[in-house]
Amino acid sequence: MTDLASYNFAYLDEQTKRMIRRAILKAIAIPGYQVPFASREMPMPYGWGTGGVQVTASIIGPDDILKVIDQGADDTTNAVSIRAFFEKVANVAVTTHTKEATIIQTRHRIPEQKLGEGQVLVYQVPIPEPLRFLEPRETETRKMHALEEYGLMHVKLYEDIARNGRISTTYAYPVKVAGRYVMDPSPTPKFDNPKMHMSDALQLFGAGREKRIYAVPPYTDVVSLDFEDHPFEIQKFEQPCALCGARGVYLDEVVLDDKGGRMFVCSDTDHCEERREEGHTGEMPSQEAAE
Amino acid sequence: MNIKTAALTGGFNDPVFQSQSVFRKLMDGMARPGSIHHVEDAMGQPEPLGAAAGAIALTLLDHETSVWLSVGLAKSPAANWIGFHTGAPITREKAEARFAFVEAGATIASFGLFSAGTQEYPDRSTTIIIEVAEFDAGETLTLSGPGIQRSTTISIAGLPEVFQRLWADNRALFPRGVDAVLTAGSRFLCLPRTTRIAASRAGE
Repeated sequence: MTDLASYNFAYLDEQTKRMIRRAILKAIAIPGYQVPFASREMPMPYGWGTGGVQVTASIIGPDDILKVIDQGADDTTNAVSIRAFFEKVANVAVTTHTKEATIIQTRHRIPEQKLGEGQVLVYQVPIPEPLRFLEPRETETRKMHALEEYGLMHVKLYEDIARNGRISTTYAYPVKVAGRYVMDPSPTPKFDNPKMHMSDALQLFGAGREKRIYAVPPYTDVVSLDFEDHPFEIQKFEQPCALCGARGVYLDEVVLDDKGGRMFVCSDTDHCEERREEGHTGEMPSQEAAE
Repeated sequence: MNIKTAALTGGFNDPVFQSQSVFRKLMDGMARPGSIHHVEDAMGQPEPLGAAAGAIALTLLDHETSVWLSVGLAKSPAANWIGFHTGAPITREKAEARFAFVEAGATIASFGLFSAGTQEYPDRSTTIIIEVAEFDAGETLTLSGPGIQRSTTISIAGLPEVFQRLWADNRALFPRGVDAVLTAGSRFLCLPRTTRIAASRAGE
């Protein structure tokens, strides 16, 4: 390289990438187990996806096509800035189309489009430990994972039922991976939990501040915790997307005015745009509503 | 070529992109156990280290990862080659090793002395890279487990006879246990600890 001020490919130095790569391989070998890693300072604050960024930086190559979403959207601040970051430091092709991407970094959603074998989904994780709010001590939660002692999690879900008559956990809904580790799927809505089960794509999770990497290999059982008499259920929406008319997808509520006006639209912007290009319309299809 | 110069030859021409390419294949391999991957470039690694094993060493090893070598490798220029190109310390204690390399035909008595990690930290286990004669020949094995849709078959010639029994013992330790990469020249496949191996009956 002639430009002395340039960064190493994908920002991270090679020794850091090797360390993260070793952690990723062990994470895949032990599905759902959180591998500690030496998380680095990134040029963005913790909470902005530094874990996901480090995982993506360690796996990305010049042939990859990167998509970044934040709450399902390609055009929100977090997604735009991370996409621009990798365009700059890795010079990779980027896309907003789920189908075209080889690596999809996500915050809080799984795309509606079914992912394929050649794709890797990288999650940004704020709190990787599903037991953390029940037991603050790392030494204790680690022992609970070691002994497969997950009774406390079931008590928590039971208390939901006792208080609210149903399991009121709606996001970061705990799952059991490959019949062994209870795992936090990151703050995705529980609507997305079934998509993790037996996925064709590899799923990697990076938590930068908490310094953990974990993984779900393809074709792996991911079961949402529940009770026989209170089975796991995903959110249901009464109306379809106001822009594209899609049903069976996750919707965001958008407040339109101060008179109680509101609309529900696809949280996955790419999915919604593709449907509208195909000619699907909802009850508010105007360009004004889209903006 | 004497031992010293053999150790200095080869390595990645373009470490950033070649190591990324090899790692992606390793990651795909671990995520889809039994899938066969191929290392394109010659690494100039000395015998009896294979091209894939050499590439894996260059991709994953550094000063933080102590390496155990089987007798044939430890006595060969490969030991100095690994030391020179990666900076990884060579250890004679299996339990200390993050990675272990075994040359083709070497006897494997047990995985028991390698680190299987602890129940709290099962990731602190050895990854063993074992050279075999070739894939697509010899005994046919059926693999199942995470990363495999229902089941997949692989054929391996030159896998030590005890391997299947040792692997079953290793599987029983889960979540502890070693992970394996089988290499045959420039090709390799991965066997994470979650993979179950069964001998396929003839005709299946």
